[in-house]
Amino acid sequence: MTPRESETMSIFSPALAARFDALVEKYPVKRSALIPMMLYAQDEIGYLSDAVIAEIADRLGLTELDVRNVASYYSMLRFKPAGRFNIQVCTNISCMLRGAYDLFDRFQEELGVGHKGITPDGVFSLEEVECIGACCWAPAIQVNYDFHDELAADSVPGILQQYRERAAANGGR
Amino acid sequence: MPRLVSHPDEVKIVTRRFGQGAANIEKYLELGGYEAAKKCLTQGPDWIINEMKASNLRGRGGAGFPTGLKWSFVPKQSAKPKYVLVNGDESEPGTCKDHLIFLHDPHAVIEGTIIAGLAIGAKMGFIYLRGEYRYLLEIMEKAVADAYSKGFLGKGIFGSDTEFEVVTQTGAGAYEVGEESALMESLEGKRGVPRIKPPFPAVVGLYGGPTVINNAETIATVPHVIAMGGAAYAAVGSERNGGTRLFGLSGHVERPGVYELPMGYNLKKMIYEVGGGVRGGRKLKAVVPGGSSTPVLLPEEIENLGMDFDQVGKAGSMLGSGGVVVIDDQTCIVEFALRTISFYQHESCGWCIPCREGTDWLKKSLTRFHAGFGEAKDIDNIRYLAENMMGRTFCPLGDAAAMPTLGFVKKFRKEFEDHLNGKPCPFAKHVELAVV
Repeated sequence: MTPRESETMSIFSPALAARFDALVEKYPVKRSALIPMMLYAQDEIGYLSDAVIAEIADRLGLTELDVRNVASYYSMLRFKPAGRFNIQVCTNISCMLRGAYDLFDRFQEELGVGHKGITPDGVFSLEEVECIGACCWAPAIQVNYDFHDELAADSVPGILQQYRERAAANGGR
Repeated sequence: MPRLVSHPDEVKIVTRRFGQGAANIEKYLELGGYEAAKKCLTQGPDWIINEMKASNLRGRGGAGFPTGLKWSFVPKQSAKPKYVLVNGDESEPGTCKDHLIFLHDPHAVIEGTIIAGLAIGAKMGFIYLRGEYRYLLEIMEKAVADAYSKGFLGKGIFGSDTEFEVVTQTGAGAYEVGEESALMESLEGKRGVPRIKPPFPAVVGLYGGPTVINNAETIATVPHVIAMGGAAYAAVGSERNGGTRLFGLSGHVERPGVYELPMGYNLKKMIYEVGGGVRGGRKLKAVVPGGSSTPVLLPEEIENLGMDFDQVGKAGSMLGSGGVVVIDDQTCIVEFALRTISFYQHESCGWCIPCREGTDWLKKSLTRFHAGFGEAKDIDNIRYLAENMMGRTFCPLGDAAAMPTLGFVKKFRKEFEDHLNGKPCPFAKHVELAVV
């Protein structure tokens, strides 16, 4: 394996590239960094593009197929872009008992998209997800990594407004 | 922000620093933090393991295996490095206790990891959180960095010549990774599929080295056991079930939340007194006592039921992860069973055929039932399928899917029969579920 010239060739920001350099050193075996790397790469690029897969494979000395094979196992990793804000509504038992489906329906109505849909402006995507570990504060959702809990269907417009404002502040997207 | 609750019956051991800003290392030290680790450093491994055995602390992930015994299985001499692996992949529906531990007391997790490392002679520990817990990972990362800068982690911890490193990371969304061997696979950068046992992780674990894997709650409990003494900790709980448990009350209960109660606490009292009863004054229909994989209990079964591993086991269910899900009388059990199996079908890793195929067929059968197109023979088919998944897989996910399904069909057979012949369910909220 020839050494990478990560400074000049990386598709990631210098900060993330540096983080990856440090990450592979942390583990007794380099490959252990794979799952965190894919997640951080997705956070920056938006999804696991072909270029992301290629660079991660290269950094860890793995084949692209191997990286894809691992990536396809984990439900948070995706091979296609999602919205800028990915809304994940938990409908598992504890949330279901406290109205998660009403919440999910309301999100569908307000956004005009269904499960795994993306709004035309790219600001939001919607997903029905399995338990997110907020059962005692149900029903709960995550918007990207942010938790919102003890919600009701009426909370939906306020949550969307909050993120629309954030998107507008970040240059319209 | 997850709401903290409290009740006079609580015995706050693990939660005693919650809500006090103990994520800050200075505050943690002020509240007696890291004293247990220092004590263990001078007392040595045999003393630690004896205290842990005396504490009757049993694994909080769900299996309830005695922690001290587990640690004692790790060989003293090993050619390969030994590891401590903290399982914070909390994913069992109904369970959110570790969420609060990482949020309010991250240093307790680090301190417990150090102590486990000292007990087994490991120089490295991993703290693995589920991928959804990114904000909690950031709290853990800050705590680890602070512990390093204080000299509590690194080359010579607490001024000794003992080395201990801690690495934190998250997964990327997979229930199966909560199973210990799948967790090791994931940490090694692979798909989270289970390994066959034996060999057990205590002998051949992470990177082939002897590994102790404990649930995050178990590890966060360890410093408290050391601080108060194993025997004193054991005395708080019931027979063979030491100490307290972080019970997560959720579902149709008036005051949901995570409550720390002594092991053996009465389940009925937990629901009606601690949790304030069934929401809106409705009647109790059923309780899932320990996370979604544990068989459902009927109101008459919880009258005198103490919540510890042995008593709940004797009642035909499991204490599991301590996630108590309360179900009121206006809930469709067929729908609840369907939502439960849908989860396991979604999360089955596909490694073992009985689980992969079994969860899929159970979901199909229950979907048809719920839509009102079930046939009488389907009830027995569901039982047949579930019974044939039991014990036939590498890891317990197959059992985790089969057991609750069997419980629903057995205890609510009448309600299943009521769904036959196109009869609509009076309580159903949704006919079709979107997750596939």
